[in-house]
Amino acid sequence: MTNRLRVASTGTATPPSSVPTSTAPADGPATGKPAPRAAPGRRGLHPARRPVLLGASLCVLALLCALSIAIGSRSIPLDQVLRVLIHRDDGDVEAIVWGLRVPRTLLGLLAGAALGLAGTIMQTLTRNPLADPGLLGVSAGATLAVVLSVSAFGLTSLYGYIWFAFAGAMAASVLVYLLGATGRSGATPVKLALAGVGVTALLGSLTSAIALTDPGALDRYRYWSAGSIAGRDGSLVAQAAPFILAGVVLALTLAPGLNSLALGDDVAAALGRRVGLIRLQGAVAVTVLTGGAVAVAGPLVFIGLVVPHATRMIAGTDHRWLLPTSMVLASCLILAADVTGRVVARPQEINVGIIVAFLGAPFFVMLVRRRRLAEL
Amino acid sequence: MAAPSTSTPASAATSTPTSATATAVTTTYGPLSLSRADGRTAVRLARPAASGVLRPRLVAVCAVMAAATFAVFCLGIALGDYPIGIAEVVPALWGSGDPGSLFIVRELRLPRALVGLLAGVAFGISGAVFQTMTRNPLASPDMIGITAGAQTAVVAGIVLGFGAGLGSQVLGLFGGLATALVIYLLAWKGGTSGYRIILVGIGVSWLCSSATDYLLARARLAEAGQALGWLVGNLNGRSFDQARPLALAMAALVPVALALGRVTRTLQLGDEIASGLGVPVQRTRLALMITAVGLVAFATAAAGPIVFVALAAPQIAQRLANLAWPPPLASGLTGALTVLSADLIGRQLLPETELPVGVVTGVLGAPFLLWLLGRANRTDSGG
Repeated sequence: MTNRLRVASTGTATPPSSVPTSTAPADGPATGKPAPRAAPGRRGLHPARRPVLLGASLCVLALLCALSIAIGSRSIPLDQVLRVLIHRDDGDVEAIVWGLRVPRTLLGLLAGAALGLAGTIMQTLTRNPLADPGLLGVSAGATLAVVLSVSAFGLTSLYGYIWFAFAGAMAASVLVYLLGATGRSGATPVKLALAGVGVTALLGSLTSAIALTDPGALDRYRYWSAGSIAGRDGSLVAQAAPFILAGVVLALTLAPGLNSLALGDDVAAALGRRVGLIRLQGAVAVTVLTGGAVAVAGPLVFIGLVVPHATRMIAGTDHRWLLPTSMVLASCLILAADVTGRVVARPQEINVGIIVAFLGAPFFVMLVRRRRLAEL
Repeated sequence: MAAPSTSTPASAATSTPTSATATAVTTTYGPLSLSRADGRTAVRLARPAASGVLRPRLVAVCAVMAAATFAVFCLGIALGDYPIGIAEVVPALWGSGDPGSLFIVRELRLPRALVGLLAGVAFGISGAVFQTMTRNPLASPDMIGITAGAQTAVVAGIVLGFGAGLGSQVLGLFGGLATALVIYLLAWKGGTSGYRIILVGIGVSWLCSSATDYLLARARLAEAGQALGWLVGNLNGRSFDQARPLALAMAALVPVALALGRVTRTLQLGDEIASGLGVPVQRTRLALMITAVGLVAFATAAAGPIVFVALAAPQIAQRLANLAWPPPLASGLTGALTVLSADLIGRQLLPETELPVGVVTGVLGAPFLLWLLGRANRTDSGG
């Protein structure tokens, strides 16, 4: 009886229907059009337009960088900003531009690139639309480590946090991967996702328990957890940059492998891909990218959840274009939100994590309604 | 996955109809008939016409879960500052015993235990419905924004001070229901699909949780502490005012959820196949949404958004019962057991802080789910 049930539920060559990996089209009866599965470039832009999209988003990104350096709580004339950028003379303006605005812009670029890439990889690896960069437990581990560092070791400076956050992120993701990858079939999407959710919930509960019993930790935690790229020092950027850049390289080289993996494990293996190796490289890339981003900017994981979906709807499912485009678009979103947050509530500022939701969520919902959905 | 040893019985299972006619043994007891074929027992009832497969393991899981839930329920009432013998608890529930302990049991401790029990069942069942409907083990009301909407409404009430007369219960209820309505309307485009509901839910959830973060960051520290206490789910100081509406809502919604269970599983096959099999896909999905959202909104209003129960309980029940889908009733009982034991452990472990139940559910439920996952890995029956 039991044996029969198990066979019926999992023994067939295709995955059981309860898992999200089944390849039934998403939108069929709703739109009346059958949605063929994931031939790269079937949806969204014409293939020839994809470089145009990437180029256009790079231009927008450059414009946003310029705006981010030019605009702030204190209005400084544009010619002064330009002069200070070229000749670094002493004074207030130099301190504001080089000490505050440039690091902040770089941080936005790095965090956005990291989260956009990590989210795309995570969704393809687990083949689950609900997967975010934090699903491997990375951001929950980092958060717990930060709260612990405040509560148990009494740290107050961000220089202390970043290494704690990074160590927490690494430990959590190794735990998730080990839990998800044991057994003969290796790290299947469902096992990885469930192991990640379990570990994330466990660490999140511990974080809440500490924050609730220690008012000092709660006070720091609530600001950090909203996510921000403001007030970070240039040296912090320098510390996080090598990790994120290494992660970017790891991620971008993964594109052909992810394209095969999106067709299913069996097909990918038949195409000569080493599925386990691709997954491992993906997991390492996600950990390094998310760990770096969360350590410096706080848990902004929603960006990594939504931007890949939006990019997939616009640019199609080919990872060779999807990965760089979502990387650039995520940076754009963070910088646009950051600039907006400085302007709307002058002289105060609103956290980038909050603005980004109010800018991004309506746009995202509109995209979901407009486009035919490319199911993962 | 597709090892040769498993593919052989699988093909035997598909050829059941032919072998079943040869080997089926049917026994009839009045209107009830049982037929055993190929290791399964089918039950048929002549009037009202109904049939189904008897799953002894599922029945056993339900029975064990129900017994364990009742035991923890009574234990939770018995333990406290004024301990009452567990032998006195059960009679006191029915109103016999000395007036002192009767008052403590029925007026002070019963509401809290009832809210825990009912909220646990509601979370478990709604999680099972959502996961089956969207075919996604990560989908739960927590993930697609309904809980986030309720949280935003309540935190706004605490921090901005509006609707103080309404209380967090009413605010949470309306927040959750309004969010669900917004998600459904935004996902509607000549019909909905499970996938689009998930994606719109993500967007709405993002907006709501950011609004909550904003409110928390601008709140005073005491208000933030109070709000965070509610945000993780809390059973402290519950009275019948919270238990009564929840009980009424569940009396209406749980039977619907259980009755829709079979259609839900057909929907799991995909929209085309389901409509080919004669299921009215859009109407069924709407009915399922209303039921599951109603359950989770009332439960969140009464107990706060107890995290992780709606996600983990169905997955735990599915693995215990060894099925390919989360069974609703067993999921509900698992949810109730999780919430009640988490409440008990939180109270006993750190009595001076009264750790909110939502904190303990994660610590309690996650390792158990991970253990089940690890066991499934070893026997290689998949995730």
